[in-house]
Amino acid sequence: MSLRPPVSADDHSSGKNDAPIELVEYGDYECPHCGRAYPILQKLQHKMGDDLRFIFRNFPLAEMHPHAIMAATAAEAAALQGKFWEMHDIIFEHQQELSGHALIDFAEQLKLDVNKFANDIRSQALADKVEEDFESGMRSGVNGTPTFFINGVKYEGSWEDEDLYEYLQAVLKDI
Amino acid sequence: MLSVGSKAPEFSLYATPDQKISLSEFRGKRVILAFYPADWSPVCSDQMALYNEMLKYFHKLNAELIGVSVDGKWCHMAFSHDRNLHFPLLADFEPKGEVSEKYGVYDHTVGECKRALYVIDEEGVVRWAYLSPTGVNPGADGILNALEEMDQVAENDLNN
Repeated sequence: MSLRPPVSADDHSSGKNDAPIELVEYGDYECPHCGRAYPILQKLQHKMGDDLRFIFRNFPLAEMHPHAIMAATAAEAAALQGKFWEMHDIIFEHQQELSGHALIDFAEQLKLDVNKFANDIRSQALADKVEEDFESGMRSGVNGTPTFFINGVKYEGSWEDEDLYEYLQAVLKDI
Repeated sequence: MLSVGSKAPEFSLYATPDQKISLSEFRGKRVILAFYPADWSPVCSDQMALYNEMLKYFHKLNAELIGVSVDGKWCHMAFSHDRNLHFPLLADFEPKGEVSEKYGVYDHTVGECKRALYVIDEEGVVRWAYLSPTGVNPGADGILNALEEMDQVAENDLNN
């Protein structure tokens, strides 16, 4: 199964654009598995350096996780002020406390323009952006969170511990 | 499994403790039938939770989602309530597995439905069928592709 649509300038990405490995995560900020994957991915990015470009797309399971959409929108609102990854990280580090107040607190900690942030999280444009991510995940065959795509192809293996790192090292060798 | 183009067999099964649902009630709408092994099991729970988030997209394509397993109506009610599901789960409970059998997706060795998907059109004809490995959540991309292809065919028919 492949990624539809492919990664574009609309995506949030970290790492070099021309890195040999492009790793896309479909994630839900309130999903405990994604929370568990977060430090593993941090470490992975650190270890792989310029070999890895990491992209995050929203896949909030709102019926199960009541704060998931608001958290996703908060990260998108932070992105408008150039701090997507900072918000992404702080949310995953505080997964248990994702109330509206907590999100505003995070915005303050990140020194965002809080008024603008509070307005933006209610904007239709950002709600649409989160929904577009969700729809792309649906079409790409995402069947839970987190789901990963490596260079456009769905990854079915384990991401626990060193498994993803070792897999990516093997992919690198074949490139 | 039933082949594409065949008539989907009629059924009437409990959706709640006092209400039955029949396939023929959905004439004029498309129906996604999701057969799954068991309420509460991890893969089935993930699959149903996933589809629960996608109902809006199915509705946009004029499709209603229905889950089917051999669990009883009270079990379905508890599962549905616990997972906040907004679509019916039908109990293929008595005679056990009769409907699943008609659809060619009953697993006699374990006494459960296989994990299988059908897309049935407005006239009650099977337009897409998919059998997933039991341990794998098949996602929704196949369903969406099938529904959109049906739109495409309908559009071409109008143009010709």
